[in-house]
Amino acid sequence: MSTALAHALNAGLRDAMKADDKVVLIGQDIGQLGGVFRVTDGLRKEFGEDRVITSPLGEAGIVGSAIGLAMAGYRPVCEIQFDGFVFPAMNQIVTQLAKYRHRSEGAVSLPVVVRIPVGGGIGAIEHHSESPEAYFAHTPGLRVLCPSDSQDAYDLLRQAVRCDDPVIFLEPKRSYWAKGGVDRSGGAADIESARIVRPGGDLTLVTYGALVPVAMKAAGILAEEGRSVEVIDLRSLSPIDDATVVASVRRTGRLVIAHEAARTGGIAGELTARVQTQAFYELEAPVLRVTGYDTPYPPSRLEEDWLPNVDRVLDACDLSLTH
Amino acid sequence: MDVVEPIPASGPPHTQRSTMTSASSMTEPWSVLDPAGGLRQDSRVPTGAEALDLGAAYRAMVLARRVDTEAIALQRQGELGLWPSMLGQEGAQVGAGFALRKRDVVFPTYREHAVAWCLGVDPVHLLGLFRGTTLGGWDPRERNFNLYTLVIGAQTLHAVGYAMGIVRDGDVGTGDPGRDRAVLVFLGDGALSEGETNEAFVWAAAQNLPVVFFCQNNQWAISAPFSVQSRVPAADRASGFGFPGVRVDGNDVVACHAATHEALAHARAGGGPTFIEAVTYRRNPHTTSDDDLRYRSDSENDDWASRDPLDRLRAHLTGAGSSTETDDAFLTELEQEEQRLAERLRSGCRTLPVPTPATPFLHTLATMPAGLERQMTEHLAFVAAGEGEHR
Ligand SMILES: Cc1ncc(C[n+]2csc(CCOP(=O)(O)OP(=O)(O)O)c2C)c(N)n1
Ligand SMILES: [Mg+2]
Repeated sequence: MSTALAHALNAGLRDAMKADDKVVLIGQDIGQLGGVFRVTDGLRKEFGEDRVITSPLGEAGIVGSAIGLAMAGYRPVCEIQFDGFVFPAMNQIVTQLAKYRHRSEGAVSLPVVVRIPVGGGIGAIEHHSESPEAYFAHTPGLRVLCPSDSQDAYDLLRQAVRCDDPVIFLEPKRSYWAKGGVDRSGGAADIESARIVRPGGDLTLVTYGALVPVAMKAAGILAEEGRSVEVIDLRSLSPIDDATVVASVRRTGRLVIAHEAARTGGIAGELTARVQTQAFYELEAPVLRVTGYDTPYPPSRLEEDWLPNVDRVLDACDLSLTH
Repeated sequence: MDVVEPIPASGPPHTQRSTMTSASSMTEPWSVLDPAGGLRQDSRVPTGAEALDLGAAYRAMVLARRVDTEAIALQRQGELGLWPSMLGQEGAQVGAGFALRKRDVVFPTYREHAVAWCLGVDPVHLLGLFRGTTLGGWDPRERNFNLYTLVIGAQTLHAVGYAMGIVRDGDVGTGDPGRDRAVLVFLGDGALSEGETNEAFVWAAAQNLPVVFFCQNNQWAISAPFSVQSRVPAADRASGFGFPGVRVDGNDVVACHAATHEALAHARAGGGPTFIEAVTYRRNPHTTSDDDLRYRSDSENDDWASRDPLDRLRAHLTGAGSSTETDDAFLTELEQEEQRLAERLRSGCRTLPVPTPATPFLHTLATMPAGLERQMTEHLAFVAAGEGEHR
């Protein structure tokens, strides 16, 4: 049976709420409307207003009150309506949520999940296509997760809710309606390791979220041309499982990293540094990045070419392979 | 609709204006034009040269509504990605818009299409943001109408900062109508919950800034009813911050004009901020992407439709005892103007310039850093190669 990623998330929330009555949801329009992407559809009806809280219109309030709820023993799952609207909550996330365990010398953990639809490619107006992951990955004390398919959306969300650390949970919004199988038996997948989604020996192609299918497509095309590409889905952007990537690069000698977020200060730059430190002598070619440009996200009429797509990934792979 | 008897005005102007405040809040919003078109005499409605030109206001409401209707149609035809309709809010917006003077500055949300109209912003330019051809659409300095703000509440602080600039320029309280200016900032009921909005109130009050907060309480913030944001009428909040709050019938263009006119005059004169709550209703879904039947009923909508701001003024203009000359010729002419506007919008939308692939790179910084220029060159080469076939 095939399930859309958004429905897998809905199932993950439902099962998490059934499993633990301390799990509460809080966010704008998540009650009767089911959220603007309908990820919380039906949950208000099933679990009531006390556990599916339609918040006032304030993101600082959503995350700040989730922190208080967590201190009181609850496990809040926040929904930020769009990537571009998380910034009013940034103060609560960076100065409070991320630091509290450390400041209390481990006495207090804040099991808060902040779900954020991210990324472009949906023809939206400004502030609705952003990729803010690097801000969070740069903040010690947070976990940052980003699933790429329905199964992982379910599994990672279950794990995020169970996790005692604050988790920024990034949902690739253009994949919300992509379908895939979902086994709801356990949510066994671990929360930290990257996943080799396609094994290969000539080049390592690393990405996450909505670009995983893009990378898979590029790998398929290269396979027809006799090139064997290993595709790795990072899943966790903080901490980053560099061991899996380094092990792969030791075999392939070539690395291309793709993400939608702007290039400078992005996840790809961080990963590049780690790989060159650990696998300097195994590298056969410079590490290449396929990313959004260092510009504001463009008006939607331009996003198709602006976003890393199959062709740009192929170009980078060619360049690496011919180096 | 019940109208609260005005408290007899006495004393200096600022006492007088506080009567408008106290006649508001917990009671029915202040109103002078009833749904049947009856216009009640009220000393607080400006007269003479300051009076609202009712024919012009009606014309603006009709034409702005046509912009809205056409934009919705364009969205349905796939020409726009999205459109936030302002249907039902024309009275509030035109009332406020007509109270502005040339040197005043406006900070809108994303729904102030009728205010833009009042200021002479080309409505075709409103479409670009929603068509995906631009992130802005007009030069904010040309008409003192700033760019639409999608991030709820953010513009309230910009208004406060601008007002601080006006104070530092000495352009407030001089008594010179060619010099004194004020800021009019729009916000929704949902925006009342944002921290930034509340910071704006604090700053405006503490510094007695020439800023007017015009809140269209259209009862909904997407699916959240007003009760999610507040237990008290929005206008009541102002007193806690230390400035007057006025609660006005947002479907009464005359009352909205009067309240804004007074508040702006007060601000320009150095009297400080005012909060205006225009009680109205968002009759269409939040945007063309919204499904409002999930959270509200048709009957509520019908109820507000019966208080339509255009119908109300039209009833007055065409009714017996109207002081304004509104004959059939006026209405026929207006209809023709509407048609011309609609055609211009349709063709204007389709011919909005498509940005070039270089556009995102321009104006990122005042001068383009070498690294970004390399990225641009790389990108332009990629686009020029015209791939997209995946080989
Ligand atoms: C900071 C921020 N959070 C969330 C959103 C998503 N959003 C867009 S409009 C809206 C509701 C706004 O309601 P209100 O302020 O009443 O204005 P209205 O739409 O009714 O004009 C929300 C939640 C946003 N644009 N900005
Ligand atoms: Mg509203």
